[in-house]
Amino acid sequence: MLEHLILGNLSWSQVPMGNPIVMGAIGFMVLIAIAVLGSLTYFKAWGYFWREWICTVDHKKIGIMYVVLAFVMFFRAFVEAVMMRFQQAIAAGAHTGYLPPDHYDQFFTEHGVIMIFFMAMPFMFGLINIALPLKIGARDVAFPYLNSFSLWMTVVAAMLLNVSLIIGDFAQTGWLAYPPLSELTYSPGVGVDYYCWAVQISGVGSLLSGINFTATIFRMRCPGMTFMKMPIFAWTVLCAMILVIIAFPVLTVTLALLMLDRTVGMHFFTQHFGGNVMMYVNLIWAWGHPEVYILILPAFGIYSEIVPTFCRKPLFGYNTMVYATVCITFLAFVVWLHHFFTMGAGADVNAFFGIMTMIIAIPTGVKVFNWIFTMFRGRITFTAPMIWTMGFLTTFVIGGMTGVLMALPVADFQTHNSLFLVAHFHNVIIGGVVFGYFAGLTYWWPKMFGFKLNDRIGKWSAYCWIGGFYVAFLPLYVLGLLGVTRRISHYSNAAFQPYFIVAAIGACIIALGVALQFYQLFYSIKHREALRDTTGDPWDGRTLEWTLPSPAPFYNFAHIPTVESRDDFWRRKQEGLPSQQDGPYNDVHMPRNTPYGFLIAVAAGVLGFATIWHMWLLAAIGFIGIFVLIIAKSLNLDVDYYVTAKEVAETEAACKKGATA
Amino acid sequence: MKLNVLVYLSNIKQLAIRMASQLSKTKRTFVALLTVTMAAFVLTGCQSGVLAPMGLVANAEKKLLIAALCVMLIVVVPTIIMSFAFAIMYRKNKKSTYAPDWAHNNWIEAVCWGIPCIIIVILGIWAWNTTHRYDPYRQLDVGGKPMVIQAVSLRWKWLFIYPEQHIATVNRLVIPVNRQIEFQITSDAPMNAFFVPQLTSQIYAMAGMRTRLHAIAQKTGMMPGFSANFSGTGFTDMNFKVYSVPVSVFHHWVAHVASVQNPLTVSAYAQIAKPSTNVKPIMYSAVQPHLFNMILNQFMLPHHNFYKRQANKLVTGV
Repeated sequence: MLEHLILGNLSWSQVPMGNPIVMGAIGFMVLIAIAVLGSLTYFKAWGYFWREWICTVDHKKIGIMYVVLAFVMFFRAFVEAVMMRFQQAIAAGAHTGYLPPDHYDQFFTEHGVIMIFFMAMPFMFGLINIALPLKIGARDVAFPYLNSFSLWMTVVAAMLLNVSLIIGDFAQTGWLAYPPLSELTYSPGVGVDYYCWAVQISGVGSLLSGINFTATIFRMRCPGMTFMKMPIFAWTVLCAMILVIIAFPVLTVTLALLMLDRTVGMHFFTQHFGGNVMMYVNLIWAWGHPEVYILILPAFGIYSEIVPTFCRKPLFGYNTMVYATVCITFLAFVVWLHHFFTMGAGADVNAFFGIMTMIIAIPTGVKVFNWIFTMFRGRITFTAPMIWTMGFLTTFVIGGMTGVLMALPVADFQTHNSLFLVAHFHNVIIGGVVFGYFAGLTYWWPKMFGFKLNDRIGKWSAYCWIGGFYVAFLPLYVLGLLGVTRRISHYSNAAFQPYFIVAAIGACIIALGVALQFYQLFYSIKHREALRDTTGDPWDGRTLEWTLPSPAPFYNFAHIPTVESRDDFWRRKQEGLPSQQDGPYNDVHMPRNTPYGFLIAVAAGVLGFATIWHMWLLAAIGFIGIFVLIIAKSLNLDVDYYVTAKEVAETEAACKKGATA
Repeated sequence: MKLNVLVYLSNIKQLAIRMASQLSKTKRTFVALLTVTMAAFVLTGCQSGVLAPMGLVANAEKKLLIAALCVMLIVVVPTIIMSFAFAIMYRKNKKSTYAPDWAHNNWIEAVCWGIPCIIIVILGIWAWNTTHRYDPYRQLDVGGKPMVIQAVSLRWKWLFIYPEQHIATVNRLVIPVNRQIEFQITSDAPMNAFFVPQLTSQIYAMAGMRTRLHAIAQKTGMMPGFSANFSGTGFTDMNFKVYSVPVSVFHHWVAHVASVQNPLTVSAYAQIAKPSTNVKPIMYSAVQPHLFNMILNQFMLPHHNFYKRQANKLVTGV
């Protein structure tokens, strides 16, 4: 009795000792953990790490940690993708491949969950954190402590997902966990519980980030920056964050209902007792469709910053771009049914949602034309961010085309759930989101760390990614039309095999691109003195972040800037004005670091883990822990301080000295 | 997840052997693909899926896919060419025009909005019309009363009941050519999708719900069918073959199945409904009346006790 109260369903038999692939992965994870913890101890950096990173509320550091998380999780999900490609490349005819179904099923579930929730979302929030406050002339986000809390909720959720590798297993349901497959009847293990808690905890973080950035954009723009003078990146982030605020509560409620079904025996989505499976599918896509726009809109914003910078021209059709972004935001909520035309809704309903989906292509197409006409009569420098953008333009147009094709309900009756669909959404997510984030990372890297990434290696990485993408995914389009459905672990028709082999080769080319990215990172760190950005404006930029030294001082702007036009920094450079105002410095009001975000997130992780395993005592501790910590945080009134004018002057002087040295 | 080390190791060994034997083959295939991609596409491409339609609906879907693709290529190809043309023309080292402040032109913006709008209007009209004409629930515009086949997705196989012929099959579907079929589809398992790409559209199979799908085969021959919605461990092997045969052959086949002395009683159903993978085709000579409705209703009936009785009936076969 007591043992069950403490340990719940947990036992040693939950650790998959007999599985070499899993044990290998666990060993790898443990090695990395030991290396990180060991080096922290060796360099006596625990105090520094705690004070300067875990407790930090500095948006730039939080952004960096988001990006690190995104890369760690990306690595795991990418390895899974390559393993799945190999599985399908060999599993033809009588061969069933090297992955048994339950392992393969976990792979595609984890791949989807990680890539969306723990790669794309953290990467997006990372880049927004790094760039947005600098672009709108703010010293931090509106709610710095919430920002830290959001980060740690996402990290804890990702770690919970990684724990599922060691203790128990993960969901084998596909990344959206459709019931009734995800209900207790058909998934009695802990996999779906891990899924629910991981997504739920990170979802809270995402929602709070959405609120945070919306408030930041509404309230913290520098003087003179009216809405129509904001950089397009700020516009796309604003629209994406409004989508987050509206869509994520739907996800939270949907998964909460599924958790109630599973944990306390309710019947929202079960087959019996009036549960409604179709309700789940509708709700999850009412979140899921806006989610893809949440990811792509900031990427659109990044392209809209990169193209003008490297073409040395203002963005073509700024107003149009804003209207198109707002159109997409509205339309994002009236298309969700196109994910299940095959569920048997009537022709009127299907046709309506099909046509609404096609209409989204109009503002999106307009954006593409705007980027292309920004290049028209420009002076284009082809740096790595620009190569990513060129890759994006072609790839995204093709992906958009196949998307509109599938928006025709009758065409979707053939292509739905086929590899054609898989090719389509990878086409827009890799070609649109991933290329955009990589471009943005390269673009803002000097502002984060004070030195550029090596451009030549970066370009080669982009070529590998773009080329590899086509080799990997064009065969999937063909296979989809040949009638191969998704999520199969093997197939009997040997005629499909050449296509799968080509796709696996494509995955290897992408892997080479990933390897080059890591090589670029090491090379650039090693040669950072040669790559150092001493001007603060390495790309001859147009917006406020480039008025600052690289890396930006912790308070960002010594003087809050005043802007008069779009691309205000470019105007100042053209008119021969200094990049920043002169004059005596004032005291700078800054938020104080706090450990509460981290602590509450850890308590939430404990609650999640304990509930997954029905360890009710620990769950109670986690729950009470959250409650007590929130109260303690509320009673803590020492949340801010002033950086004295003298200290600001010294920091600025040091930055200038570093620049000239 | 609790897997035997030996099974794993033998799998890896098989993989190594297979990779070695595959290597020369792979090389050849890859070279062939690179040199004659289009030829390879034509050769292997038209043997399955929607590209080789055998039914009226699949044929229409193929035509729609190609037509829509062509209409969109009208705008997509110039866009891609334009992006590369501008990128090459306005490289930094070129002496082409540089307009550092040019960022707006009403005509260009009108065209940017106008052309996608025109394309979408065309596609929208097609979408509306085809969605109504080929609504899976609507009878196709061909004469004659449709023949009903009831399809039930189980873990992990398909049960087909022919209510008019009083026979049933597992993982095998035989249909008369040129005769409209009305599929009534449900599930006694997680959600699946009934899909025969060469014949007609796909539609979900959901417990407690009946979806409908109309089809007519216009050619005789074999078409692969499968579940198109992931439903668990045995999902990959939820395949069945669909034979489209002349009417006389169909009647002959029905008579043959009716003579096999293997009735699908409630208890036989309870047996087959248990989870199993890679199931070979089974023929049932007779079917418990209203079996399809019983399967459907076990999830639907509102009264707790009544539901229990009904469910017990199915499980115990009493």
